[in-house]
Amino acid sequence: MVAGCGGSKTAAAKLNFWSYDEPGGTFRDAAKRCTQQSNGKYQISFNALGNDADTQRQALVRRLAAKDSSIDILSMDVVWTAEFAQAGWIKPWPANFRAAVSKGTLNGPLQTATYKGRLYGAPANSNTQLLWYRKDLVPGQPPKTWDDLIDTASKMKTAGRIEIQGAQYEGMTVWFNSVEQSAGGQILSGPSKVGLPTAPTMNALRIMAKFGRAKSADPSLSSQKEDQNRLAFESGQAAFQINYPFIYASAKANNPKLYQQIGWAPYPTVNVADSAKKAPVGGFNWGVGGYSKHPAEAFAAAACMRDSQNQRDFAIKGGLPPTLSSLYDDPAFVKSYPFAKLVRQQLEAGAVRPQTPLYADVSLAIYKTLSPVSAINPPQTLGQLRSRITDALQSKGLL
Amino acid sequence: MEAATAGTRAAAEAQPRKRGKISNRTKSERRLGWMLCAPAVIVMIAVTAYPILYSVYLSLLRADLRFPGDRAFIGVDNYVTVLGSSLWWADFFHTALIMVVSVSIELVFGMLLALVMHRAIFGRGLVRTASLIPYGIVTVVAAYAWLLAFSTPSGGFVPHVLGIQHDLVDQGHPVTSFLVVIAAEVWKTTPFMALLLLAGLALVPDELHEAAKVDGASAWQRFWRITVPLMKPAILVALLFRTLDAFRIFDSAFIIGQNGTNPKIETVSILGYNQLLNRLNLGLGSAVSVLIFLCVLVLAFFFIKVLGTERPGDAA
Repeated sequence: MVAGCGGSKTAAAKLNFWSYDEPGGTFRDAAKRCTQQSNGKYQISFNALGNDADTQRQALVRRLAAKDSSIDILSMDVVWTAEFAQAGWIKPWPANFRAAVSKGTLNGPLQTATYKGRLYGAPANSNTQLLWYRKDLVPGQPPKTWDDLIDTASKMKTAGRIEIQGAQYEGMTVWFNSVEQSAGGQILSGPSKVGLPTAPTMNALRIMAKFGRAKSADPSLSSQKEDQNRLAFESGQAAFQINYPFIYASAKANNPKLYQQIGWAPYPTVNVADSAKKAPVGGFNWGVGGYSKHPAEAFAAAACMRDSQNQRDFAIKGGLPPTLSSLYDDPAFVKSYPFAKLVRQQLEAGAVRPQTPLYADVSLAIYKTLSPVSAINPPQTLGQLRSRITDALQSKGLL
Repeated sequence: MEAATAGTRAAAEAQPRKRGKISNRTKSERRLGWMLCAPAVIVMIAVTAYPILYSVYLSLLRADLRFPGDRAFIGVDNYVTVLGSSLWWADFFHTALIMVVSVSIELVFGMLLALVMHRAIFGRGLVRTASLIPYGIVTVVAAYAWLLAFSTPSGGFVPHVLGIQHDLVDQGHPVTSFLVVIAAEVWKTTPFMALLLLAGLALVPDELHEAAKVDGASAWQRFWRITVPLMKPAILVALLFRTLDAFRIFDSAFIIGQNGTNPKIETVSILGYNQLLNRLNLGLGSAVSVLIFLCVLVLAFFFIKVLGTERPGDAA
């Protein structure tokens, strides 16, 4: 158990890192690298969680609710921060580490890790959606606003379809949150207060209803998630898709001819002036377990595992957009990620999802109310949304 | 067997008359009886009574693991919330639909399979073993097999063969989603139904059939007039078991609904699971669990009191 080169006399603190296993193995590599760099101060062992966010959250929450001290470092989806922090399941970052983590980190991801003014996680990777389009079908400048996008696609003779996540799941909340913020509203006006101001929300709902009823909507919109969108676009059925950048590498492998024609543009907005603002922000933050026996070492290890070298590795080998601004200028990354600049711009000004300990409930209330989007009737839907989110915030009602 | 049961019954009937003057021997016998039962009773209290009572207790609280400080007694509020929610009734309807359709189909198929197993002359052992294979497969594994066969994004062969582009088991296609869940249930549990029915078939004496044949009854008449009435207790027990099981369906619907994300085939058990494990709302989740338990009790009561099913263990 003694590190090969370390000459330290005190035993290394054994840290458990819980995360999903990035298929490129880069998270395991980061744990190894940081263990070596610590010179025997700590030793990180990697514990793999499930592949989808719900499974990961369940596994962590079950242990944390039972005050499990073996969770030293954990990988958290950006929407869990408030819930975990409020319950005392993660520790706030001490000032010295906080400064180091914030330095050079993009604003959107940093906001997701902050709750009630305190930093609860080190943003390790991020993600955002772009508007992807077919250059061979869309002449000139791609549309900037939602209305323009829907009108342009509806008028097209061939493949005039827009692919987006319309199924009843988190993806729907992501979409609504961005449109709502772009329209000038907020879903919540505080951790336990409903926002949804009338005028902007009516506008957001109008856009989503229009999207759902337009000719350009995919007939199976109400059951589409990211991967169905990717498939439909790759098979040439659509001119546009709103999706994460994974579709780019996928198209290169699956349909090289179509890949040549893929163009990208900022995530659509409600007003032209907002271009590249209010796009979705995803990704994972690394927190320190509230019951860890070695918090000091855990903070150091978590900070190390998201440093520039490791994030570069996540980006290049794992395709995960970094949270450190400087990496978007890295030639090796830009080569496989030609839209790097746009992604950075969107992450800097992104639409962070509501921060509330009851996020899971609020999100459920939103997507169960809004799906299918073709059935949205703005005034009525607004009322339903408000009452269901109010219930969710009091952890009332079945969901 | 019969004599022994008759003996116990007689003893049980005789006891009240003797009340008041129990001999020492009877007393010590009773004590011995209790001591012999005690380990089983203690285990049952620990693993059944305690969790059930604890759920009932939790269902009367506002108990959310995310807000450990906010625990409070709120009476039947959780039940009011659950029963007043359209989601509970939607899921209740999904569950009832799956239960009624799958148990009906299982009864027909199970009866056919039981007749085949009963009448098979060649390879009887092989037929019986082969028909039990689906029942022996772990439910989650079987459910994955059905999901992967019907799900288009997973490259399922069924949509491929039929030339269908959309996903058959996603939330946009409730009818096919239901059909797949029901088919998986039927495939999996028909052998169980058949086994219970086979036990009943074995009770029908051959002489009755032969006598009826001599009297000129057709095979159909013999089935309806002799086999079915004599098998009624076995049929009711089989239906009771399967109905109670089907109402609590979780694994097939959860897996085929892609980890419970298809709201169109969400069952009451999945609803309870979501409240407990996703929302960590122990109060609401326990209320759902207790309601499921009550539904099962009502079903069992209906079978035993109204249809006159013999309780398992009570010999005829």
